[in-house]
Amino acid sequence: MGLAKRIIPCLDVDNGRVVKGVQFVDIRDAGDPIEVARRYDEQGADEITFLDITASAHDRETMVHVVEAVASQVFIPLTVGGGIRTVDDVRRMLNAGADKVSINTAAVFNPDFVREASEKFGAQCIVVAIDAKRVSAENEAPRWEIFTHGGRKPTGIDAIEWAKKMVQLGAGEILLTSMDRDGTREGFDLALTRAISDAVTVPVIASGGVGSLQHLAAGVTEGKADAVLAASIFHFGEHTVAQAKAVMAQAGIEVRDE
Amino acid sequence: MQTIAIIDYGMGNLHSAAKAFEHVAGNAKIIVTHEAEKILKADRVVLPGVGAIRDCIAEIKRLGVDKVVAECIQSKPFLGVCVGMQALMSFSEENNGTECLNFFSGEVKFFGTNLHDSHGERLKIPHMGWNQVQQKSNHPLWRDIKQSSRFYFVHSYYVQAAEQSVVQGECEYGLPFAAAIGRDNVFAVQFHPEKSAHAGLQLLQNFSQWNGDGV
Repeated sequence: MGLAKRIIPCLDVDNGRVVKGVQFVDIRDAGDPIEVARRYDEQGADEITFLDITASAHDRETMVHVVEAVASQVFIPLTVGGGIRTVDDVRRMLNAGADKVSINTAAVFNPDFVREASEKFGAQCIVVAIDAKRVSAENEAPRWEIFTHGGRKPTGIDAIEWAKKMVQLGAGEILLTSMDRDGTREGFDLALTRAISDAVTVPVIASGGVGSLQHLAAGVTEGKADAVLAASIFHFGEHTVAQAKAVMAQAGIEVRDE
Repeated sequence: MQTIAIIDYGMGNLHSAAKAFEHVAGNAKIIVTHEAEKILKADRVVLPGVGAIRDCIAEIKRLGVDKVVAECIQSKPFLGVCVGMQALMSFSEENNGTECLNFFSGEVKFFGTNLHDSHGERLKIPHMGWNQVQQKSNHPLWRDIKQSSRFYFVHSYYVQAAEQSVVQGECEYGLPFAAAIGRDNVFAVQFHPEKSAHAGLQLLQNFSQWNGDGV
């Protein structure tokens, strides 16, 4: 027995409200981040990730209050991503009760920000989010590059080299999203997940493409992910986190089930 | 009404710890402070800590928290958490070697980058997530917590106590290490009880009711 593989539901939050239609039976307010987070906690979620998709910087202050409120009532680790661009953004989220922040685009445009944040607050709270897309042809050896702007803009940066560099700069964890699979429900890009996980010393969270509970298990058994993140399969009440854990346990994966 | 003081020496967020105590110790007053007078007057004291140990120890000393801790550790229920536990040891390998507060003999060591589990799988650093804690005693802080319950860990350095008798809980991550140590009125944990759902909250509740007697 040892460390459990983690299941992390991810919630998109826009101006303080959970969006993308979370649907639980008998939930009073499906847009209330506290209520949704509490549901996932009860189902056995190992962590919760909030992705702030608020467009304007002004409204981002709302996210600080959301984190404060959730951290006052839900006692499992919380990660906040979206709009984290400065050391001050990191500090505000951590002070509000976030355990980790996830840095995405800002890392691409200013890699030194990762180092700065990690030195200041410790690698344990710095997650670097990597959005990668396969750029090699079907018959070539697989190669992935970093993309920004929701997978639309290529950067020419090799995903594996980038992951290694981020860890060197002080990332304590990598949140890896396959932009090819995101939203497809076809499952994780397992080759990508495995390649990144093998390349770095820190934990890797697999994300993008989950359509079934078997996909979550495969992320660990074949992709060698340390944690798996999913949104829609949990939000729409199709599956609970507890069911996901049962499937993972059946696949021989160690999970927290208490 | 009892007071629980969470020592704030500027290292990391104490919001969650304070909220977790408010959640389980409804009638206690929770204060987050580095003021010696307030800490010394409190009924119970918590020493948290995140980040690099050298910075933690430096701030502890700069603010005179080391003297306050020395006094509280003699007199009242005291809980160290994460780097707050490591700070109580003699020495840490982190930051090219850091002298700690030396309330427990033993060292804080790096897990290393070549760690494997019993199946030969490579283990990632930091040790991050929910791992099982083997309770080594019937310490009052384990009350109503099932043997081998999982707690949330996030750390790259671990405590190796010089005396096995102080180890109250053990965890395994490539190697066995002290997840909880305790002696008399002092208890310290490597995991984060404030982030460990039911088991963690139970431990905090137990601490809020503990009279400070050991096993």
